[in-house]
Amino acid sequence: MDKNGILDNKVPAGSLADKWENHKFSMKLVNPNNKRKFDVIVVGTGLAGASAAATLGELGYRVKAFTFHDSPRRAHSIAAQGGINAAKNYPNDGDSVHRLFYDTVKGGDYRSREANVHRLAEVSVNIIDQATAQGVPFARDYGGLLDNRSFGGAQVSRTFYARGQTGQQLLIGAYSALMRQVAAGSVELHTRSEMLDVVKKDGRACGIVVRDLISGEVTPHSAHAVVLATGGYGNVYFLSTNAMMCNVTAAWRAHKQGAFFANPCYTQIHPTCIPTSDDFQSKLTLMSESLRNDGRIWVPTAFDDARAAADIPEDERDYYLERKYPAFGNLVPRDVASRNAKTVCDEGRGVGPLKNGVFLDFGAAIARDGHAAIAAKYGNLFDMYQRITGENPYEQPMRIYPAIHYTMGGLWVDYHLMTTVPGLYSIGEANFSDHGANRLGASALMQGLADGYFVLPYTIGDDLADLLGSPAVPTDDPVFTAAVAGVEDEANRWLSINGTRSVDHFHRELGRIVWDRIGMARNKAGLEKALTEIPALKEEFHRDVRVLGSADTLNQSLEKAGRVADFFELAELMARDALEREESCGGHFREEHQTPEGEAQRDDENFAHVAAWEWHGGDTPQTRHREELTFDNVALSQRSYK
Amino acid sequence: MSGSNGTTINVTLKVWRQAGPDAPGGFEVHQQAISTDASFLEMLDQLNEQLNDDGNEPVAFESDCREGICGTCGVMINGRAHGPQKATATCQLHMREFRDGDEITIEPFRAAGFPVVRDLAVDRSPLDAIIESGGYISVNAGAASDANLTPVPKAAADTAFDAAACIGCGACVAACPNSAAQLFTSAKIGHLGLLPQGQAERWSRTEAMVETMEEFFGSCTNHGECSEACPKEISLDFIAFMNRDYLKAKVKNRSLAGQR
Ligand code: SF4
Ligand code: FES
Repeated sequence: MDKNGILDNKVPAGSLADKWENHKFSMKLVNPNNKRKFDVIVVGTGLAGASAAATLGELGYRVKAFTFHDSPRRAHSIAAQGGINAAKNYPNDGDSVHRLFYDTVKGGDYRSREANVHRLAEVSVNIIDQATAQGVPFARDYGGLLDNRSFGGAQVSRTFYARGQTGQQLLIGAYSALMRQVAAGSVELHTRSEMLDVVKKDGRACGIVVRDLISGEVTPHSAHAVVLATGGYGNVYFLSTNAMMCNVTAAWRAHKQGAFFANPCYTQIHPTCIPTSDDFQSKLTLMSESLRNDGRIWVPTAFDDARAAADIPEDERDYYLERKYPAFGNLVPRDVASRNAKTVCDEGRGVGPLKNGVFLDFGAAIARDGHAAIAAKYGNLFDMYQRITGENPYEQPMRIYPAIHYTMGGLWVDYHLMTTVPGLYSIGEANFSDHGANRLGASALMQGLADGYFVLPYTIGDDLADLLGSPAVPTDDPVFTAAVAGVEDEANRWLSINGTRSVDHFHRELGRIVWDRIGMARNKAGLEKALTEIPALKEEFHRDVRVLGSADTLNQSLEKAGRVADFFELAELMARDALEREESCGGHFREEHQTPEGEAQRDDENFAHVAAWEWHGGDTPQTRHREELTFDNVALSQRSYK
Repeated sequence: MSGSNGTTINVTLKVWRQAGPDAPGGFEVHQQAISTDASFLEMLDQLNEQLNDDGNEPVAFESDCREGICGTCGVMINGRAHGPQKATATCQLHMREFRDGDEITIEPFRAAGFPVVRDLAVDRSPLDAIIESGGYISVNAGAASDANLTPVPKAAADTAFDAAACIGCGACVAACPNSAAQLFTSAKIGHLGLLPQGQAERWSRTEAMVETMEEFFGSCTNHGECSEACPKEISLDFIAFMNRDYLKAKVKNRSLAGQR
């Protein structure tokens, strides 16, 4: 950071297309025999963490991998359905590294770092080779070659997929590579181990503190570098498509140790989720957006129309996306589809018992293509919908509503994927990089694996090379003993509050505030309200939460208490970040900043930068730093889908 | 429950409670009113909310994705692993599968290889040990050739996928009267053994994985309960594939060793 508080992203000089290749050559190397003298900790074993731990192990580093799951194969990457992008251009339809780069920068609404995105596009092709060699069963055509489809509005077919379970298959691939290194002895695997603090010595990350979720034992672990691959923070909304245990704790604790947190207000809403059905709903289920290729979205023209869909005549239906966006119709981008669904529901035209959804109607497609054709395309999704709702989508329209699904914000990292704490790295969804203000479909898997297999294993060596000969900080150093005591105290504090309401109760209430005020559309008044409501509820949480049981056994309420406490602090920062960003871009829509047609209105003059927040202790608000974004290789333009 | 689609039913829950691996366990009985729209695990969430409000410790049970893909969930429901609905993981089961007045017995997965951690949570780490012993293709990052260099016949790719769909939940083990892990192990051996990329290590992998499996789990006597309980409907054919390959492996690995 320079004296004006502007962050240095360490992007190497040179032309965009050559930067990464040249930089790989100019980085310092650790020779093979010396790699075994370095300890590296990797936290999280999703796509990014498992691929990084496996690759570092293959290179010869001594790796310790930590997951709070019972097995590294459970991480939320597993739930990704759609696919993974790569600039292979196998279909010969004009794709290229440059086009994937360009689409990603544009899709991110010009709020990402060009150099990182270009590197991502470059290594995308290696990911497909790697995964295929590992035995990932991607879809193939009748000639036995890999099949591609177009996804999320892309004009080329560059998405590789494995039925509707691409995330599962890629994670199993990374998991098996990881287990191979566990067998080889280069990776020491710690399951059911939750990282609760990052430890620093003389300003540099030197290890972590971990709580064993079964025995409650709190232990220090030291290393020359620490890598956080701990996923996104969508569960701050309580209801999201994220898995139940996804949380921000590792990233947040790193933030409190000095890692800047970037763009927390960039959150992505997915338009095709199943609406909530009751107050005890625990999570939301996403259905692939491929459904919008054949389904027509509508609501009744009349307000409070309680008739069944079939009883509403054609001329009393409002196919509002087709009406407002004749060119793109039901295929407008995720954020546009989502906001329009919110508008019609807010107007009182929502459908379903809670009036909290819009219809996604396959009637016309079934009449046109036949039941069998639709079943062949979407059978799994229709079954899933029926299992959850008890309604048959072949006979009546589905009901859908948007839900939080991915978070583009996260720990700020430089070109080497290092945070503002030396020696501390962040990869995958946990960092802020690459997707800007909006992530394109099928790009999350790509980024997680790019970071883990092909970027971090190179960049980490440049930093470690300087440490040759210095042993890791011993775990009996006072910095570790203090951190262990802090984590133990925290557990005891939750158990001694003895309040009246459960952790889930507070989490659900927090989620309501965050969804209402920092959800699909934000405005100044609402965000300011959030900034009084969140601290008030947080105060109540710390005074009145009830965590029963003890700290020396599996205690799921105790685990959740710490995670929800971090969500409270994050939620406040999200509101402040959203308030300060006086523009609309990607997943961040400020109602004050829209075009006359109701589209997001960017302010490139004042906000073409990353906002990265620095922690100053619980009582002092974070300060906002900037990383300026420059666009030398793409022209900034305004989106339009009319 | 305002405006919900479903009706409310009353069920009697007999829930297994056990403080730790070595503690004695027993059933606790609770009455629960629940919307038929709720999922089975949301029903347990509500029970826990109530227990916590009453000053009693919540029931420990595991879940994560709640979409049937991560394999974290899994309990015995009325004696059946993942409950009554076919091809459905515990987290995907909904209360509309039950009737007003039903009694529902909920126990942890029962298997010698899966010790109880607490209440309904068990330790399934032996499944990872089986994968660690050979459930991978040895290719370092960066060492792969172009993905389209080796065509894979679509039929082989599709069948490999059917096996690769396993979510590692362990229901097959829990459902088996012998606590055998043949279905899980054969799913991985089938997945990798059917692909050209998996051929180099096919025989060593099979031998290592089968023998690791036998360290932890019982032997297969062809009951087929595993496949019945499997949420991904992994086929028994993969067990036959594994058994054939294991016999061959015994021969091939020996002759290879002889050449060294
Ligand atoms: S084979 Fe089926 S039941 Fe067994 S672990 Fe895999 S998915 Fe679960
Ligand atoms: S919770 Fe993931 S499979 Fe059930």
